[in-house]
Parts: sequence; C-alpha cells; structure tokens
Amino acid sequence: MANSLTVNGKSLQVDVPGEMPLLWVLRDVLGMTGTKYGCGMAQCGACTVHINGVATRSCVTPISAVSGPVTTIEGLSASGDHPVQKAWVKNNVPQCGYCQSGQMMSAASLLSQKKNPTDADIDEAMAGNICRCGTYTRIRAAIKDAAGMMS
Amino acid sequence: MSLIENVSRRDFVKTAGVAAGFAVGVTLDPTGKLNPFVREAQAAEGVPLPAGGLNPNLFVSIDKDGTVYIVCHRSEMGQGIRTGTPVVLADELEADWGRCRVVQAVGDKMYGNQYTDGSRSVRHNYMRMREFGATTRAMLEKAAAIKWGVSESQCKAQNHRVLGPDGKSADFGELVEDAAGLPVPDVKSVKLKDPSEFRYIGRDIPLVDGPNMSMGKAIYGMDLRLPGMVYSVIEHCPVTYGTVKSVNASETMKVPGVIKVVEIPQSAPPIGFNSLGGVAVIGNSTWAANEGRKKLKIDWDYGANTVYNSEDFRVTMENTAKGDGNKVVRQEGDVAGALAAADKVVEATFYVPHFAHAMMEPPVALAQVKDGKCTVWGGYQDPQAARGTVAKAIGMDEADVTTHVALLGGGFGRRSKPDFAAEAAILAKQLGVPVKNVWMREDDIQHAYYHTVCAQHIKAGLKDGKVSAWLHRSVFPTIWSTFEDDPQLGHKIELSLGFLDLPYNVPNLQLENGKAKAHVRIGWLRSVNNIPHAFAQNTMANMLADAAGQDPVKFLADLIGPDRVVDLSKADYWNYDQTYDEYPIMTGRLKGVLETVANASGYGKKMGEREAIGIAVHRSFTTYVATAVHARISADGKLSIPRVDVAVDAGRCVNTDRVRSQMEGSCIYGLTGAYYSEISAKGGIVEQSNFHNYTMARMPEAPREIKVHIVNNTEQFPPGGVGEPGVPPFAPALTNAIYAATGKRITNLPISKTNLAA
Repeated sequence: MANSLTVNGKSLQVDVPGEMPLLWVLRDVLGMTGTKYGCGMAQCGACTVHINGVATRSCVTPISAVSGPVTTIEGLSASGDHPVQKAWVKNNVPQCGYCQSGQMMSAASLLSQKKNPTDADIDEAMAGNICRCGTYTRIRAAIKDAAGMMS
Repeated sequence: MSLIENVSRRDFVKTAGVAAGFAVGVTLDPTGKLNPFVREAQAAEGVPLPAGGLNPNLFVSIDKDGTVYIVCHRSEMGQGIRTGTPVVLADELEADWGRCRVVQAVGDKMYGNQYTDGSRSVRHNYMRMREFGATTRAMLEKAAAIKWGVSESQCKAQNHRVLGPDGKSADFGELVEDAAGLPVPDVKSVKLKDPSEFRYIGRDIPLVDGPNMSMGKAIYGMDLRLPGMVYSVIEHCPVTYGTVKSVNASETMKVPGVIKVVEIPQSAPPIGFNSLGGVAVIGNSTWAANEGRKKLKIDWDYGANTVYNSEDFRVTMENTAKGDGNKVVRQEGDVAGALAAADKVVEATFYVPHFAHAMMEPPVALAQVKDGKCTVWGGYQDPQAARGTVAKAIGMDEADVTTHVALLGGGFGRRSKPDFAAEAAILAKQLGVPVKNVWMREDDIQHAYYHTVCAQHIKAGLKDGKVSAWLHRSVFPTIWSTFEDDPQLGHKIELSLGFLDLPYNVPNLQLENGKAKAHVRIGWLRSVNNIPHAFAQNTMANMLADAAGQDPVKFLADLIGPDRVVDLSKADYWNYDQTYDEYPIMTGRLKGVLETVANASGYGKKMGEREAIGIAVHRSFTTYVATAVHARISADGKLSIPRVDVAVDAGRCVNTDRVRSQMEGSCIYGLTGAYYSEISAKGGIVEQSNFHNYTMARMPEAPREIKVHIVNNTEQFPPGGVGEPGVPPFAPALTNAIYAATGKRITNLPISKTNLAA
C-alpha cells in the first residue's frame, strides 16, 4: 500500500502496510536511523519526532495516521546548529547517547512552545523520555542554555 | 556485492603503505561509501600485528599530514572510554587532541583484554596507553635529532611538533617517514611525562562522539545495515531453560513482510553465553518480524523452573539468612560471645530483588556468513567473547570470525553476554543472507541475565556506645549458576563485592554465606553484589547510631575507625583484579569522602519538616564514594530529591567531566534501583515486560541537582574504577534520609512498596 509523507522537507512514497508505525518506516524502510526504538509502546520517548512541529512518539503512530510533515533528528537543523543541539554538545549531555535524539526532539518541541520554560515545564515536557544512563540534570541545564541562545 | 565486504587486512596494509613503525598515508575509506562506524572498524583491522611486547603500531598510527589515529580497544557504552584511553595516549605523545582520530578496534586478543566491564578500562590501561604514547613520542624526537644532526636530549615534543635548538621545529607529520625507519625503543628506556606537564589528563575533555550524538549520526548496533539484510525477532521460552515441543506458524506466515520461521535449538544448561533457543521469525523489517512473532502458536515444555515463585523464594532465602549452619567466610574474635555480652543487640533482615539492566538500546547484532567467514557487527562489552561465542555457535574457527564493535546504547553488564550475537550468526549461516537479530524491549526485560535477588540478615551488638559484634549473612543465587552445574554458594568474587571486605573496626565479626538455587539466568549488573551489601551495611550502621543515640555520620566514621589498611589477610578476598598492595582498602580515604560529602551537602543544618539528608559510603572497584541524599517527603508520601552530593576518590582521574557524569548517572541508576526496580517471577515466568511495569526514574523525580566532588585526583593514587562505584551508596543514603525525615526504616527494596505518607 502506497503511503505519501514528507520527511525533513522531502516528499516520499513508501509501499508498506498502513498500520506500520512511522518509527519502523523511518528506520527499516528509509534507513534514517537517528530516530531510535526503545519500547514500542510510547513509554520511553526514544522514538520522538515532530509531526506538524509537535513532539510525537513515532513507535505508536501508524504511517496511515501521519497527518503532516515529519521532522526527525536528522532534519532538526541543516548542520547540527539548532540551539538544542549546540547546548547538548556544550553541556556534554550524552552518556551512551541512544535516547538523546528523542530527548532533543522533545526539548526542541518544548522550546518552540515556551521560550523560557520553568523547571515544572521541563518536568512535564520531558517526563515521557527515559534516560537509563541518567543524564537528566544535564538535560535540564542544556534546555535552559538553549532557551538562552534562542532569546 | 556488499559494501561492508571490503579490503582484507593484507590489502589494507598494502594500500596503507605501512612501513616499520608507522602507517603512512592511511586510506581509511577506500570505497568512500561505507558507513562511518564500519569505516572506523576497518582501520583498526589494518593496523599490523605487533612484533611482540610494546609496539606503537598497535594503538597509534600517524599519517604524513600529521593526523594521529588512536585505537580504542574498549567498548563505548556511555562511560566515555572512546575519549578516555585514547586521550591518555595522546597526552603522552604530546599530540594535539584536535588532530587525533579515534579508531574502534575489532575483537582480537592482540589488543590484550577488551572486556569492558568491572570498571577497569582506565585502571588497566592508564600506564599502557602512557607507554604507547611515550614510545611513539621518543621515536619522533629521535627522528628529529637525526634530521637536524643534534642530540636527542635537545629535541622535545610539544603540542604536535618536535622543537629543537636554534628555533628548529617540525610538525609530527613531517617526521613520520624518518621515524618509521627507526627501531621501536624499549619502553623502559623511555621517559614518561611529569604529571605537571599533562595537557589533558585530569581535566574536562569533551566527548569525541558528542557532535555525532547530537545530530542522530552516531551509529549503534541497532542502526547497522547491509544490502540484502533481513530482520529476526526470537520468541524465547517464557520459563528459563524451557524448550519447544511444537510450533504452528501458519498465522505468522500470513503476516505481510514475514519471510520465514526458524527454530533455534537450545544448548544444554549451564547456558553461559549460548542462545536460550526458541523460534525466530524472519521478516523484511523489525516490525514485520515482530508482528509475525505475535501470531506464533508454540507448545512449550516449560521444564523445571516453573517452581520459581518470587514470593515463596523470598521466604526461603530470608529463613536461610536468619538461620544457622551457613558457610563462614570471614571470622574475627568471638561474635556469639560478644553478642551475648552486648548492652544492646540490633538486628534486621534485608531484601533486594532481581533487577534487569534495561539499557535503552535492547540487545541487537548483525551477522553475515559468507565464503567460510563470519562477520558480526554489534554492541558487546567484550568483542573477544562475542568472537569465541559466535565461532562455537556456528562451528567455525575463531580466526574466521570478525566482531566489529558499534556504539553501545548502554551496557550495564548485559552486553557482556553475547547470546544475541550468537543467534544472529546461527540465523545468518542458515539463511545465507545477512541477519539483524533484534531483541524487543519485552525480550530484554523477560530474558535478561538478572541481577541476583538477595536476602541478608545482620545482627550487631553495642557495648559502651561502640559496635562490639557484627554477624552478617548474605544469601543469593550465584552468577556461576549460569556457567557451572548448579552451584548454590556464592563465588569468591561475589563475596568480595562489599561483603568480605567490610571495612568496619569491629573486634568480633562473622560473615556467612547461605545456599540459594538459581531459576533464571543470573548475571552481573552495574556494581553487582555491592548493591545489596552496601545497602545492608550502611542501613545497619545507621540503625546502630540510632540505637546508641549518636549522630549517624560521626558514628559511621568511628565505626570505620582509625586510619589503616583493612587487614584481609585471613579472608579469601578478590580485589577487582588488582593486587592488594597496589590498591589496598584505606580507611582514611573512606572517611575522607564521608567527611567531604557531609561538609559539602550541608549535613547537620536545620531542615524543613519531613526533610533530611542521609549519607552512605562504600568502596568498590577500588574507588571510594560517599553519597549524601537530601530527601523531602510530602505528607501524602511523595518523595522528591532537591539535591544529591557525591564525593568520589578514584585516585588519578583521566577525564574529570566523565567522572562527574558517571557519578550523576550512578545516582539515577541507583534511584531507579532503590525506588522502583523489581523483577519477580510467578510459575517461572517473569511478571514485568516493558517500561510500563518495570519503571525507570524520569525527569520529574530525578534529583534537581547533583554535585560531584572529586578528591585525590593526583598521581599519589593510581586510577580507580568509575563506572560502577557510584551506584552502591545511593540506595542506603536515600533510605537513611527517608528514615531521618519520616522515622520509617526501609530494609526491603524497592522503596515504592513502602507507604511513606505521614
């Protein structure tokens, strides 16, 4: 079944069952591996992408339900210079780094809605993203840094 | 033709034009099409074998343009080792770190031990890397001396150049060809840098993989692809060591994208690193394979482990821990007599359940078997063990198996066991195409090599306000049950993890180990038995302080006693693969971190209602860590942690930023373990399956601030481990804080099972 979608500004056609989650279309069909699998049930946030600019768990989003343009970590900026990415590097946030694509996509979505998020805003926006290595304090600091860069 | 099929070692060496000493004109990407991870793995393959002993070829190559390639032979799983060991070599070489490139080694014994586990990468490689760097530096200095016709003592490497008399100066790249013709000097003749001259060691160094990670370009095992690759997902028996009686795959085969169903036989237990066996569904995507797997109808023979019920097992273990007749593993003085003579006896039973590692990236490996060779790509903590396990699983010589190491999306001990790589190879051999074997999260949680469940009992006596007797019994199914035929007592190594090495100054002590049978695969998890042991010891010390009416921190320092080396000459102690002379347990350092953290955290200052700081201290992996948790518990029982302070004495640190990050991460790992983690079995089947019922600490409950205080970061003490020792003190620091804040004493984990409401 042919499905049309736009990923990082590029229009694509993929011939897969309509119920196939966006995550696996990105990873296994399109070879875009920046978006990660962690749980398959919207519990960990490793698969977070933007649909219409809003953080969405791609592992539970069937391709047939994708209702607008998709942005993945590969498309967050042209050369890794989105304030969130710069703040992540500056703070040496990652440990293993596997969850960080999802963390950054959630953080970017938060900052697009709230220019100066409070700690409570960060708690709420980031609660869906697990980091088993435990980088939460640095993620919080990096989000605040990114907010500073954007203001 | 596969893109990953590339130049053989011999071709590579030819292409690279390797002369004795240096790889000159290295061509790292002959096709220009390989993915960045594989490209790096290849380069290491091209490094020629050392002629024996130290040889700069093995870990360092310098190109004519001056680029320095440094091999990282350990696995990167978040601890920062791809920055850690290479930067030590770079520092001794006097290289500019900005002109160094890290190359990931394949699994090969020529590198020495590659087993990235036990917090020992820096401990075991610090001097080695310095020597490799210094030897190479000496060759460049000598080449410059010959070129300029001056004495070697007049030439000194500095920041990627060799400087000589009269303003002479040459970039490393300009000296490569001359240096390549020189003999490799004996390491003993080479002078190491004075630590005051270190450029990088002991400072904050940014992550080599940080920029790629921030752009989604870092390549993990899960991200590897080969042309013609298929995906496998394996249904393992819900009960450990159960076997397949029959399979009906007719519904599975109807799922779009499913290609085939293959049964993998189980190796007989003890299972070791071999596959558990099961039924593999092969598909054209991970999703198709997993959808097909859901439709399998399998008739299992569950086997003997259906008797495993965690609730009943707990009672059995606790009874063993409370009873007599256990094996005495350390004894000093007369415990029974001292307990009888005590003013007060305090006793408690402790329980810490099974944990699962739950790395964010579940186990995964990609294998290809072609022309009598097998190549496996994946994230494993020991690529040599992966190589051996794969070779055995498919009946090949190790020499015909290559194991490339991708980035690991977390390790925590799980990826030390390469069963998932063996499965990939078995399937790739059978199917004749590359196979990516993916463990879904459910497979990871339900078929881990679990952190052992542990019951303990401590009975201690107070006499004149001091601890006069300490009787501690520890009972747990042993890791060795995964590798040997049903041992039921703890191994010497497990008993040495925070148990035998009790550093308290108690005249009468007795430590005992009781039997327990394993019903699931038991394996090691970040800091291993130190978790339950540090929890029980630090909690009991706190209970005794309370019973004695003394301040817990002062009491603990007194209990540790005068500055000395703890005498373990009568115990069968394993010191984390180090000699006791080199890494003795020094009570002064233990008290040092305790005092540091007490002062830094503001311990003793006035707190709000239901708010307190709890402290614990523990030495493991040769490193001393004290943790102070500031906890606040609302009237309705909700826990929050405004701040944690950690003092760490790991002796000489390489990358202080990664030392801090490992301590920060250990607090979160410790919090998840203490507050949430419990793997339980019923009828032999693990009851948890994904993050909805195996809960992780998240941003809102994470400590708002974690302050890490690094002490003794000098050459006075050799490097200690960093990845694990931050974990053990967290749980007891937190439960001690909860006790101080609420009066609720927690001796059973997870904490979430205790109602903390007022």
